[in-house]
Amino acid sequence: MAATIRYTDVEVGTELPEQVYPVRRLDLVRYAGASGDFNPIHWNERVAKSVGLPNVIAHGMFTMAEAGRLVTDWVGDPGALVEYGVKFSAPVVVPDDDEGAEISVSGVVKEKRDDNQVVVALTARSGGAKVLVRANAVVRLA
Amino acid sequence: MAINRDFVGREYRAAQPYDVTRGKIREFAGAIQDSNALYTDIEAAKAAGYPDVIAPPTFPIILGMDAAAQAAVDPELGLDFSRVVHGQQTFRYSRPLRAGDVVDTVTRIAEIKTLGATEMVTLESEISTVEGEHVVTSVNMLVVRGEAAQDQK
Repeated sequence: MAATIRYTDVEVGTELPEQVYPVRRLDLVRYAGASGDFNPIHWNERVAKSVGLPNVIAHGMFTMAEAGRLVTDWVGDPGALVEYGVKFSAPVVVPDDDEGAEISVSGVVKEKRDDNQVVVALTARSGGAKVLVRANAVVRLA
Repeated sequence: MAINRDFVGREYRAAQPYDVTRGKIREFAGAIQDSNALYTDIEAAKAAGYPDVIAPPTFPIILGMDAAAQAAVDPELGLDFSRVVHGQQTFRYSRPLRAGDVVDTVTRIAEIKTLGATEMVTLESEISTVEGEHVVTSVNMLVVRGEAAQDQK
């Protein structure tokens, strides 16, 4: 498949349409199992509150995975990623109900580099807070 | 106890190589609800030029976390894992991990610094096949809350 977006079709300022990803307690339990990160702040309200958190929070790496999907879904091929980095600035708080929380992700091409590479700056928000900062994906386009 | 600065540059090697499998990739992709066919459909992966299904970009955190845990249990380092939160994460890819890869992970303590009451430990994990091909570098910055403040008491 390789990347389906062509380098020549992309400009600085090209926007990746916003996507909203849901996250419920069950998703965190599944992610804990799949990733091997069983820190109780991601599934146990008693422990989360005892360390000063408002409630159970999503794994930062779960949020990073959802934000990265915006880019990999855009280019088609996740193997086109050259570099992907984020700073975790606020937690995604996940209440114990059927709706859970939402992570809204948007992106914009902020730089074109040599070798068909572009830098996509990502924004991820949840509950009114910016949950990632300095979130950048470098991707090699077709 | 503050984190031991003498440990900058110290390396930890994973006890044994990690086998990347189709089943584990499918489980991880399911957990992040990512339905990209390249994670689960061997024919789709081959059509895209890969020898087997590939792993999602954040999959290598499994190896990076394992390395962090290894450093955390080193009593000489003095890292209290119960105070640790994940501050930053970066991956630099030579190519995606894929099913059939057998990889070694070597983790180096790249930096330890203090900011007020907080200490930050940066771990850099080189993930390579047992044949020696670099696949991905995972840079994992851990924030350790309150350690320095306690020391000043």
